[in-house]
Amino acid sequence: MSNVPDTTTKVRFTDGNTRLDAAGIQWIINPWDELALTRALELKDAGAISAVEVINVGPALTEATLRKALAIGADKAWRIDAETADGYQVAQLLAQWLKDQAFDILLAGVESSDYNSSGVGIMLAALAGIPSVSNVSGLSIEGGQVILKREIEGGQQQLKAHGPFLAVVQKGIALEPRIPSMRGIMTARTKPLEVVPAHPVAARTAYQAFSLPQPKGSCRMVDPEQPDELFRLLHEEARVI
Amino acid sequence: MNFNFTEEQLMIQQAARDFAQRELIKDVIERDEKAEYPTQHVKTMAELGFLGMLVDPRWDGGGMDTVSYVLAMEEISKVDASCSVIMSVNNSLVCYGLEAFGNDVQREKYLKPLARGEKIGAFLLSEPEAGSDATRQHTLAEDKGDYYLVNGTKNWITNGNTAGTYLVIAQTHPEKGHKGINCLIVDRNSEGISVGPHENKMGMRSSDTHSVMFTDVKVPKENRIGEDGFGFKFAMKTLEGGRIGIAAQALGIASGALERAVQYAKERKAFGTVIANHQAIAFKLADMAVKVENARNLCLKAAWLKDQHLPYGVASSYAKYYAAEIAMEVTTQAVQIHGGYGYVKEYHVERLMREAKLTQIYEGTSEIQQIVISRDLLKD
Repeated sequence: MSNVPDTTTKVRFTDGNTRLDAAGIQWIINPWDELALTRALELKDAGAISAVEVINVGPALTEATLRKALAIGADKAWRIDAETADGYQVAQLLAQWLKDQAFDILLAGVESSDYNSSGVGIMLAALAGIPSVSNVSGLSIEGGQVILKREIEGGQQQLKAHGPFLAVVQKGIALEPRIPSMRGIMTARTKPLEVVPAHPVAARTAYQAFSLPQPKGSCRMVDPEQPDELFRLLHEEARVI
Repeated sequence: MNFNFTEEQLMIQQAARDFAQRELIKDVIERDEKAEYPTQHVKTMAELGFLGMLVDPRWDGGGMDTVSYVLAMEEISKVDASCSVIMSVNNSLVCYGLEAFGNDVQREKYLKPLARGEKIGAFLLSEPEAGSDATRQHTLAEDKGDYYLVNGTKNWITNGNTAGTYLVIAQTHPEKGHKGINCLIVDRNSEGISVGPHENKMGMRSSDTHSVMFTDVKVPKENRIGEDGFGFKFAMKTLEGGRIGIAAQALGIASGALERAVQYAKERKAFGTVIANHQAIAFKLADMAVKVENARNLCLKAAWLKDQHLPYGVASSYAKYYAAEIAMEVTTQAVQIHGGYGYVKEYHVERLMREAKLTQIYEGTSEIQQIVISRDLLKD
């Protein structure tokens, strides 16, 4: 589970534009991870799986977001204590932690809404040596058999899978994120949140600089039946011809 | 002084916001127009725990504080005041009254299903001839030894038809005036109860409001709350808490209107720019924002006092009075800012304006609040 800034955050950079300015940011569960969690809980409610745990790699501030996941219904939360610089570090730290864990299904959101590198899920599977399936938009369990739905060019693929495996999930995995119940919110602190130390892992990339995109320009629509008007605008106003 | 919210309070606020903005918004206009009860939404509210927020977990409630309740009420009222009034009556009148003043037997039998939202509650005080003046009840509850015989009519009852449990305020000893009034827990399905037609209201049309008639209804003695003659005091004390819920509802109606007006002003263009850049509109929005912020602070202060087990009756009166008055002002301005669009149902603000009006009337009219406030101010 990735801890990301709320989608309405005004993004700013600091330290000579080398890092995100975290001041005043509201943190949320990465939307794709939230959908993955929702699907996992639906399966648990249906009795198809026995327990759901969420894992995050991050500093102490991510614990509030982990508690949100517990409030929504996860049974346990883990935080691998590290400030990471790239997706490889995250994947490697998770892979090392995973060695001592028993699980059947691992769900990873396709990307995180902050860095959008779409890398961690697949890297984790490769580093941990477990089979993985990408572009998963549906997961069901019928008679003990896991059925995956995959988006491919021009259609959909249906796969059978058996654990342990990792599915990189995208929109469609659940219709809408689950809203935590009042009982869930009030009991979140009673559920286990375990912090584990991180093995030393070096990042493989470093961000040189961040910059904001240019402010959106305006768009003028020109009737295709009026090419003269288009040429006039390009010549007199945009001055490109 | 700490103006910050706790992590749990923020989560509760967010959950209420998500529920309102994702679920209630879908059919709120349609339900208001058709005066259709939000059956499915009430079920979801029960599942999410919104109907028994303040009740102790011992009685299957959420055990939340009043501040959290205010935050949740505000978020839901921004979108759907019908759902929030159903929520408010259940939480801060019926559940609160039973929990604070009922005995364990009554709480076990009646409070638990209400807190779980399996049953909805209604609070029956108003009568055709007694609204603000509740000192003499025309509904009679004659003491017949091991039961009370109830006869009379109650008016304007929210959840009148959908409630499973009624709290009925009735006169047992007319000669004792307000000291001869009792509150009885009555099962909706009791013989002799009939419910009038659904009132065709100006606003909050999706919540069901009815007259309820009692003809020789037998209520077991053990269903009386508190000592004989406690009913008036019970009603007054319970309404003090209910006041906070309605204040938060009025706050939500106002803040929902403000949000929509701000959004509209940033999009609508006139005279070469968005109307938010014209001071006439910007200054209106500033005034509206200050009013909403004031209302919020009054609500939270009253909630905080209640949570600290300090006297909160007057503070809740300040909150209810102010929030209802500004709700009317802010929603009216929101319609004005929307111009012609504000007059059609599609843009929500006309509905908010119709909803705001009732907050000035029910659970203690603004004039009653003025009496409470001035009496407190002028006492020796």
